[in-house]
Amino acid sequence: MIGTTFFLALRSIRRHVLRSFLTVLGIVIGVAAVVTMVTLGNATTAAVQSQISALGTNILQIRPGQGFGRGGGGPRPPDFEMDDLEAIAQQIAGVTAVAPQAQTSGTAIYEGANWSTTVNGTTDAYFTVQPWPLAEGRTFTPAEEQAGKSVCIIGNTIRQNLYRGGGAVGTRFRIKGVSCDVIGVLSTRGQAGFGGDQDDIVIMPVKAVQRRFTGNQNVSVMLVGVDQNYANEQVQASITDLLRERRKITGGKDDDFNIFDTKQISETLTGTTTLLTRIVATVAAISLLVGGIGIMNIMLVSVTERTREIGIRLAIGAVAREVLLQFLVEAIVLSCLGGLAGLVIAQLAIAVLSPLMQVSWMFDAQINVIAFAISAIIGVVFGYFPARRAASLNPIDALRHE
Amino acid sequence: MADPIIRLSGIVKTYGEGPTAFQALKGIDLDIMPGDFIAVMGASGSGKSTTMNILGCLDVPTRGQYLFRGHRVEVLTRDQRALLRRKYFGFVFQGFNLLSRTSALENVELPLVYRGDPKAERHDAAMAALDKVGLKDWWDHTPAELSGGQQQRVAIARAIVTRPQVLLADEPTGNLDSERSVEIMQLLSDLNRNSGITVLMVTHEPDMAEFAHTLVHFKDGLVERIEANPKPLGLAGSDA
Ligand SMILES: Nc1ncnc2c1ncn2[C@@H]1O[C@H](COP(=O)(O)OP(=O)(O)OP(=O)(O)O)[C@@H](O)[C@H]1O
Ligand SMILES: [Mg+2]
Repeated sequence: MIGTTFFLALRSIRRHVLRSFLTVLGIVIGVAAVVTMVTLGNATTAAVQSQISALGTNILQIRPGQGFGRGGGGPRPPDFEMDDLEAIAQQIAGVTAVAPQAQTSGTAIYEGANWSTTVNGTTDAYFTVQPWPLAEGRTFTPAEEQAGKSVCIIGNTIRQNLYRGGGAVGTRFRIKGVSCDVIGVLSTRGQAGFGGDQDDIVIMPVKAVQRRFTGNQNVSVMLVGVDQNYANEQVQASITDLLRERRKITGGKDDDFNIFDTKQISETLTGTTTLLTRIVATVAAISLLVGGIGIMNIMLVSVTERTREIGIRLAIGAVAREVLLQFLVEAIVLSCLGGLAGLVIAQLAIAVLSPLMQVSWMFDAQINVIAFAISAIIGVVFGYFPARRAASLNPIDALRHE
Repeated sequence: MADPIIRLSGIVKTYGEGPTAFQALKGIDLDIMPGDFIAVMGASGSGKSTTMNILGCLDVPTRGQYLFRGHRVEVLTRDQRALLRRKYFGFVFQGFNLLSRTSALENVELPLVYRGDPKAERHDAAMAALDKVGLKDWWDHTPAELSGGQQQRVAIARAIVTRPQVLLADEPTGNLDSERSVEIMQLLSDLNRNSGITVLMVTHEPDMAEFAHTLVHFKDGLVERIEANPKPLGLAGSDA
């Protein structure tokens, strides 16, 4: 009986190509949409998370001023001094390293090529606070740092634009009238999620920048590395107390500096992308629902259409069970075919869209299974239950059905 | 005399319930002998189709007893009735009731598929049945590609492919012109005589009823009168 049923079900599918196609189409679209959207959403979240973790998750950035959207007006608060760095490194528990940043911008010139960029004066601690391996060359020696020698490490963007991708280590370029020996090239980091091209940078010993460009001993930004075993919040609070004391801020007066926790930022960003994924998944679920309603429609219409057929089958001697089983097999075959086609289309769409969205290709087994199961269940339920009603009719009533 | 193959006694069929209930059959008593060729006649609404459907186990009587080959039918379950239909009955409807987009051969094969016959046997039996109704060369045509008369002949082939004992035909010529009708009647007459199938046929046309051996007249849900046809048509035609 099973063999007969399969035979009849497949024959019926083949014979009603359009009807079968329309039934399948709803499932295909539903499954493809859900799987594509959710997978791309997850891939985007993963991409953002990996960018954030490249930034370093345990860094406190300290800047003068009250931070975004606060304060304003009044005189600009003073920059930090090298002693502040010393104090933080020495007195605060849980600080692994403190790197200064003294910044200036200018145009770098090399053999007729020029490129305007940012010069960042710092120390070796810069590379301890945030992991940023060199592509070639070396970092500063203590002697170079101490002496404030005019040596520099360049980002990949500088290499591309000033050296056209060629060898840079060992050469010398000029920037703001100062000639600078290239001792290293940084590995590529790419676009930051915020704040532009991270590779467009020249790194020099802080003393060199202070002496040759800014002309003072100031540090505009401090990067503090936090030990993983310490809570960022606690370290941040200790630094705040210390800096208030050093900058002589008393009583209820506001801080004239701000501490920016990259961990907090990464949590916020991750939260945002997760929210985004949820929204996308909701849209996808709606499209699965719409697809499901499409399937129901086709199934209901076709069963109404097919009530007479059921009557004929019953009249010539089919047992109700056999007719039902045929419809069930038809629904299962169509739903599974549609589901599989949807999964294949989804993988193709993901393969095409991933590079366009600059996320890496991903296969999310869970969503594939869920989408397939839901659409298959819809197909089977709505193929089966109306048929059951039809098969429970008296053959003669089914035959008379218009 | 042989036992009747079918015996209806006091068959009542009521449609609906309560005040709107309508009694379509008011107590039918009828004996049908094996090998008979019966034409059922009567005014529209007199209960002919209702009786045919009950005879063919497509419907159940509200009251009364239906004996088929000495066995009570009205007590059987749905599935048992389906198996009875499959084994003993062939149906021909006024509206042909073929499966669309399905070739003549596959339509004729279908009862054998449900019966579980192997493929080769099924094919041969279906081709033989199509041959009997003169449509051997049309086996791969779908109903849409066949004339009304041809469709009805496919339906007859489907009805006889299982070698049923009883062929029930409810206005088989109702949708056909008179020439096509005569062909169908000749076919039924041949099947009745050559294959020994008991044929029950509903018709409104006295010309078609002339082919039958027995005429049963219905009136208002009752059998009004039964008469024998001393000189059925069709016999001479096929002998010649
Ligand atoms: N499913 C049904 N529900 C309610 N009443 C019905 C149903 N089927 C038939 N009837 C009624 O039962 C009566 C007998 O119907 P039946 O179809 O047996 O008549 P008939 O003799 O075949 O008529 P016709 O020559 O027009 O085909 C009619 O009055 C009809 O209206
Ligand atoms: Mg009728």
